[in-house]
Amino acid sequence: MDGTQRTIKLRRREQYWRRYWSLYAMLSLPLVYFFIFRYIPMTYIQIAFKNYSIVRSPWEMPWAGNYGFEYFIKAFANRDFLNALRNTLMLNLLDLVMGFPAPIILALILNELPYKRFKRVTQTIAYMPHFLSWVIIAGMALQLLAPTSGLINIWLQKMGVQPIPFLNQPGHWVGTYVVLGIWQSVGWNTIIYLAAITSINPELYEAAAIDGAGRLRRIWHVTLPGIRSTIIVLLILSLGRILGSDFDRPFALRNPLVKDVSDVISIFVYNYGVRGLQFSLTTAVGLFQSVVSVSFLLLADKLAKKFGERGIV
Amino acid sequence: MVKSRESKYLDYILVAICLGVIVVCILPMINLLARSLSSAEYLIRNEVTLWPKGFNIEAYKLVLGDSKYTWAMVWTAIITVAGTFLSLFMTTICAYPLTYDKLKGRKFFSTYILFTMYFSAGTIPMYLLLKDLRLLNHPLVLIVPYCLSVFNMILMRNYLYTIPDSLRESAEIDGASPTKILTSVYLPLSTPVIATLALFYAVGRWNGFSDALMFMNKREYWPIQLLLYNLINAVSSIETYSQEGFTQPGLSETLKAAAIMIATVPILLVYPWLQRYFIQGVTLGAIKE
Repeated sequence: MDGTQRTIKLRRREQYWRRYWSLYAMLSLPLVYFFIFRYIPMTYIQIAFKNYSIVRSPWEMPWAGNYGFEYFIKAFANRDFLNALRNTLMLNLLDLVMGFPAPIILALILNELPYKRFKRVTQTIAYMPHFLSWVIIAGMALQLLAPTSGLINIWLQKMGVQPIPFLNQPGHWVGTYVVLGIWQSVGWNTIIYLAAITSINPELYEAAAIDGAGRLRRIWHVTLPGIRSTIIVLLILSLGRILGSDFDRPFALRNPLVKDVSDVISIFVYNYGVRGLQFSLTTAVGLFQSVVSVSFLLLADKLAKKFGERGIV
Repeated sequence: MVKSRESKYLDYILVAICLGVIVVCILPMINLLARSLSSAEYLIRNEVTLWPKGFNIEAYKLVLGDSKYTWAMVWTAIITVAGTFLSLFMTTICAYPLTYDKLKGRKFFSTYILFTMYFSAGTIPMYLLLKDLRLLNHPLVLIVPYCLSVFNMILMRNYLYTIPDSLRESAEIDGASPTKILTSVYLPLSTPVIATLALFYAVGRWNGFSDALMFMNKREYWPIQLLLYNLINAVSSIETYSQEGFTQPGLSETLKAAAIMIATVPILLVYPWLQRYFIQGVTLGAIKE
């Protein structure tokens, strides 16, 4: 490289920095934020393999027994944790099976509605539950579903049906939990499917109509295949969350009568960690949960790609 | 196209289903409203369903007259407004530089940020970090630790991508700096996504209670949802009024209903007006890069 080329290169670099330094200045704040509040906590993960000590930094804490895996062994010997693991899997699976198809069906229905104004009103109202907090939904549910004084049981009794303990008996609680989850999210989750439907080429519908396909056949052969990739992307994300646990929803809906089915991993971590101060054990549980979640996500993504879909990662 | 008779029947069925959805969505609200406006004696006799009986607004007066409750509303409003502005600022300064194709290191920055979406350290490491930073029980703990959401940042970045490059290039030729281009070209064109994210952040902040439950022991800094949680789950009315300072016994059910109604109203007033924005914002932002 001769001298002139070097000066040109240097000048270009100088020009680049003079023009774009402010972009780096802007980005520096978010980068520092992620470093402090997302990456530094990762260094605390080592507590899962060490004996927690309040007076030492995580780097200086002594290693735990069993080659550092003592707290993982303790977790899997802990009845509350095994229970929480089972509940997490059970509730998430039920959510997936019952809750995943619901917004697809509702989106198809909304899309077929011939009255545009009515469609918009339905949408506005169906979005509403998404904006309510789980504390508020739980408060409403407690009043609506109370064994004797709740609206639903008042009506059931009028029809001669025995009152149902929706939130006070484990079996019924699980059903109520799933139904309330669908109630809260079904309307909101239609947005993404409705958007995917609008991008389907209208000529496909015309061609299908010329071929003599009725409305139901057009839904089955044109609309559903048209939103296939959206469905698969959202399915991958749901599978990635199969061991993830939401805190607000089970915590707001639970009560001492149903704790055998309602206490998921996040509630276990809260009870044993934040309240019980068993930091090594709960960090180990959190690490287990994160690792399994990432693995599931990658696995589901690979599977989708194998079937010729685009995937997400 | 003339509709066949079957097609017409299908329309009726669809409309009926949608009416059902509407009823299911608003029934709990109406029931709650009726209970909050009824007198305690009718509630105890299980007579209140969809219309208030023994109409009175005593419960609302009591809740709004309670200084703890009104302070929690005000405090939550403060952290909602402050938190939303901080979040929008952080999201913008994170998303905007990443839309520059020429930015050196862009790939690294994106990976560095996206990684935190897939893998998180968990609750307890966060708790211990906040403890070491002396943020535990500090009012800022309700605003700062979760002020920037990667998901929302991606929504914004994808939206900014849809603004044509030619606008940026012509501004660059005029000698405008990146900051100037952001404030005078990009932000004015980004109303839908800014409105959407403002709604998401504000609703998240107004509805949040788990961070306060875990990181905040001081009752005077409890947001409204945590106060409500304790109110709703107080076993007896005695516990309710001794805990939350309501001085009159016997009203606990109507009080709960009124307290829930009051905390819900701000959201019900805001979201319908932003609907056309958030549909646009979510839809455009969801396009995969």
